[in-house]
Amino acid sequence: MLDVFIFATLNGLVTGLLLFMLASGLTLIFSMMGVLNFAHASFYMLGAYFAYSISLYFGFWTGLIFAPLIVGVLGAFVERYGLRRVHQAGHVAELVFTFGLAFLIEEAVQFFWGPGTKNYQQPELLDFPLFTLFGQEFPAYRGFMIGISITIFIGLYYLLTRSRIGIIIQAAITHPKTVANLGHNVPLIFMGVFGVGTALAGVAGVIAGPVLTTFPGMAVVLGSIVFVIVVIGGLGSLAGAFIASLLIGLLQSYAIASDVGVPDLLNLLGLEFARDHPLTDLWTMTLPQIAPILPFLLLVLVLIFRPTGLLGKREQ
Amino acid sequence: MAFLKKSTIWIAYLLALLVLPQFFNSILAISIYNQMAIAIVFALSYNMLLGQGGMLSFGHAVYFGLGGFLAVHTLIMIEFETVYFSIIFIPLVGGVIGLLAAIFIGSFSTHKAGTVFAMISLGIGELIAASSLIFVSFFGGEAGVSGDRTFGPPLFGVEFLQDVEIYYLAAGWVFIATVFMYLFTQTPAGRMANAVRDNPERAEFIGYSARRVRFISFCAAGFFAGIAGGLFALNYEFITEENLNAATSGRVLLMAYIGGLGYFIGPIVGAVILTLMNSLLSNYSELWMLYLGILFLLTVMFLPRGFAGFIMMHQVAWIRGKLHTLFIPYLLTGIPALILILSCVALLEMSHIEEEVLHYLGLELNPATLLTWVITIVIASASLFAIRLTLPRLRAAWEAANAIPDSEDG
Amino acid sequence: MAILSLKDVRKNFGKTEIIRGVNLDIERGEKHAIIGPNGAGKSTLFHLISGLYGVTHGTIQFKEHLIQNRTPYEISRLGLARSFQVTNIFPRMNVFENVRCALFWPHGYRYSFWHLLGRQTELNERTLQVLEQIGLQDKMHFPAGELAYAQQRALELGIAIASGAEVIMLDEPVAGMSHSEAENAVQLIRGITEGKTLIMVEHDMSIVFDVADRISVLVYGEIIACDKPENIRANPQVQEAYLGEVAVNA
Ligand SMILES: Nc1ncnc2c1ncn2[C@@H]1O[C@H](COP(=O)(O)OP(=O)(O)OP(=O)(O)O)[C@@H](O)[C@H]1O
Ligand SMILES: [Mg+2]
Repeated sequence: MLDVFIFATLNGLVTGLLLFMLASGLTLIFSMMGVLNFAHASFYMLGAYFAYSISLYFGFWTGLIFAPLIVGVLGAFVERYGLRRVHQAGHVAELVFTFGLAFLIEEAVQFFWGPGTKNYQQPELLDFPLFTLFGQEFPAYRGFMIGISITIFIGLYYLLTRSRIGIIIQAAITHPKTVANLGHNVPLIFMGVFGVGTALAGVAGVIAGPVLTTFPGMAVVLGSIVFVIVVIGGLGSLAGAFIASLLIGLLQSYAIASDVGVPDLLNLLGLEFARDHPLTDLWTMTLPQIAPILPFLLLVLVLIFRPTGLLGKREQ
Repeated sequence: MAFLKKSTIWIAYLLALLVLPQFFNSILAISIYNQMAIAIVFALSYNMLLGQGGMLSFGHAVYFGLGGFLAVHTLIMIEFETVYFSIIFIPLVGGVIGLLAAIFIGSFSTHKAGTVFAMISLGIGELIAASSLIFVSFFGGEAGVSGDRTFGPPLFGVEFLQDVEIYYLAAGWVFIATVFMYLFTQTPAGRMANAVRDNPERAEFIGYSARRVRFISFCAAGFFAGIAGGLFALNYEFITEENLNAATSGRVLLMAYIGGLGYFIGPIVGAVILTLMNSLLSNYSELWMLYLGILFLLTVMFLPRGFAGFIMMHQVAWIRGKLHTLFIPYLLTGIPALILILSCVALLEMSHIEEEVLHYLGLELNPATLLTWVITIVIASASLFAIRLTLPRLRAAWEAANAIPDSEDG
Repeated sequence: MAILSLKDVRKNFGKTEIIRGVNLDIERGEKHAIIGPNGAGKSTLFHLISGLYGVTHGTIQFKEHLIQNRTPYEISRLGLARSFQVTNIFPRMNVFENVRCALFWPHGYRYSFWHLLGRQTELNERTLQVLEQIGLQDKMHFPAGELAYAQQRALELGIAIASGAEVIMLDEPVAGMSHSEAENAVQLIRGITEGKTLIMVEHDMSIVFDVADRISVLVYGEIIACDKPENIRANPQVQEAYLGEVAVNA
């Protein structure tokens, strides 16, 4: 029991941190431009694919450095020539634009890399068990994922709070007009933040690709969950996104690891239902089965009862 | 007079729906018509939300799908004689289910428009799509559920064995649904939906609860989406989880947007164009979805009001009697633009193809030789150059046609 | 009995108290003007009465109802219409529809989806009448968002007065209008509020003294004087706090 719990926690942590790498960029972009970037997870997917292609020739580590850079440049380009253009038409148009972009990127990935799964492998260097607990191995690569996420967050935190550019960015988020009047190039800052946000998504893609498999549907799988996270955490709140990422990561991980379900509950209550009842699916539901819908259930509940999210202040 | 003019349009619409199978009546054509019929109702219902009510939904397929599932289950019930009525009412069953679902979901999701609404719709869409895979006995899992439409009591001897019979039934429903959706826009509730879309705060100061107004549009949209789902069930006699998931929701957004939001006719145009392209192009090219993505993004960026909006842009020139001055400039820019598009498509297809030669527009292109590529690229660049050359003229002509003459200002 | 009565109304934004204990009684049929320097809280007071904001403290009574915690639409239905200082119209709808929407509720259509608007002769005629009054009948097919600023102001006024509500509140109705346009608007306001209650915020003193029966002076969220125009003009406190400033600027 304890081993299951510990491993579920570790895996939940890996997922949670990975989710936060996406959610942090998305949150930054949202606080800056007031738009949820539907295509954010598509940049994550691009990160994985670029890293895969690079790793074929230059190995994993080169991919880890260059794939996010390419993704970031692409993101900045999208902001400059796409989003900025639609910006005047309002948030709905922006949201629709990023929705279309997500659609297009998925098709483009299939065009360039084909519809199948890519054999993107973790580096051999990390192909060993980090430790063994209760006879179960914890792969070093997962430890590496945790490590790199945390490193990036610390770096980002210092960049945002301690550096000059970070302070300008924070000011540009809340008071774009004042910052522009001070002589800073706000559109450039916006473009930069968009680029960095997408590059972060790219990093997530690079390190998640080998574990979560690299295939054209990977953006869709993660995309809506990341959306859920930034909304649950409170739009625009980095701390909220962090909590929500870990929450969702752990929740899903526990739900999958547990094997309890409604039948156990019914047993506990001493109830029994006929197997051929029309609602039989309801009586036989198990927690691992409903794990995929938990985030969305949480989202709907949060939006109904606390539309600003856990730590959000800003409406809309 | 105005009444006559309006009813002429409606009669023309009805006639168009009715005579369509007389022109092309192959099995493929009929199946395309049926898809179109379903798409038109679905896209129009989506427009009630986004175009008229300002609610961006990423989960509109829920009402379509639930309506469809219940419709198929009703077909099954008719088959097993649990209930007894003609299948022509099946779309209504779908509609009622769509309405009920919308009443329930709308009761908590319509208090805000904008991002919050979009997120709730996404969450609910994903929730229901994911649940549908869990509740296998109702949704049939990955395989879906299927029924048979031929068991109901025949209507004047028609047993709906053939798709063309279903087409006439669908056409009837499309006409009725279109009329009612149009009439809705002409009522206080429909007009207030526009007002709330434009400025929810102000609407509250003229006596209306923005939430209530949205709720009404939302329910109406759910009802008509359900009708579309019922039509789907009748046409295909089966339905799967795919029909209520995010992909279907996305497709209806694309249709309505490309056709043109905010114009009543826009979604109809979008539904027709996209269904046609889907059925015709997808046979010729595996890249059809890629083209669709590009088309959609270009529409959002350059034609935010869609095809219908593009046509309506010419209204001023038309009223001023200057539309003809645009003809030559359009032609001069349009031809190179067409060539550019075609050569770009050729490039994409050549890089994608696995066979030796690409059959394209009656040509045989060989991707293996460099020359083919060079020529195609040269043609593309030349047409791009030609566009840049002719564009100023088009722009000038456009401005001249739309300029307000001094005398007319008032 | 007063038609509108505010008792010790207070409003805080965060820690700052913007409205600091306002008591005000407005009689049926009165033309009441609220004046005061920029940032005094005049618009905020309007927002409190019309339900956009809830009060932090105090009561607002409208006719026999306590309305301090009601929503804008409930208050509007009780017969209180208002205009906004910052133009607040329905930009994508045309001018005709803008005005007609304001008439739905007063004409009893509620949320009807069974009345066809084309057939509602009385409603449509009344809309045209209002359009004529505000001088926008030849612009009625234009999207409201495309009108010139002064025309949007006229429309703003039109939406507020269309309903024929018992109490009409206008927040700087003629700001941004040319002199002749303002004169027309004042004529119109006078005509339309004949026998009704008018509460108006206005910076143009000639209009205020021309229209109002009674004037309240709001300074830093407090009413420092509330009296007949001639007494307000003579009040030394007011002159110091407000009118003096205007006189210097003029
Ligand atoms: N939503 C709000 N949050 C915080 N402070 C506000 C808010 N609305 C208004 N204020 C503040 O309240 C004060 C009064 O504002 P208000 O708009 O009521 O003034 P006003 O008398 O109408 O001024 P003006 O003549 O310029 O229209 C101002 O200092 C303003 O900054
Ligand atoms: Mg003010």
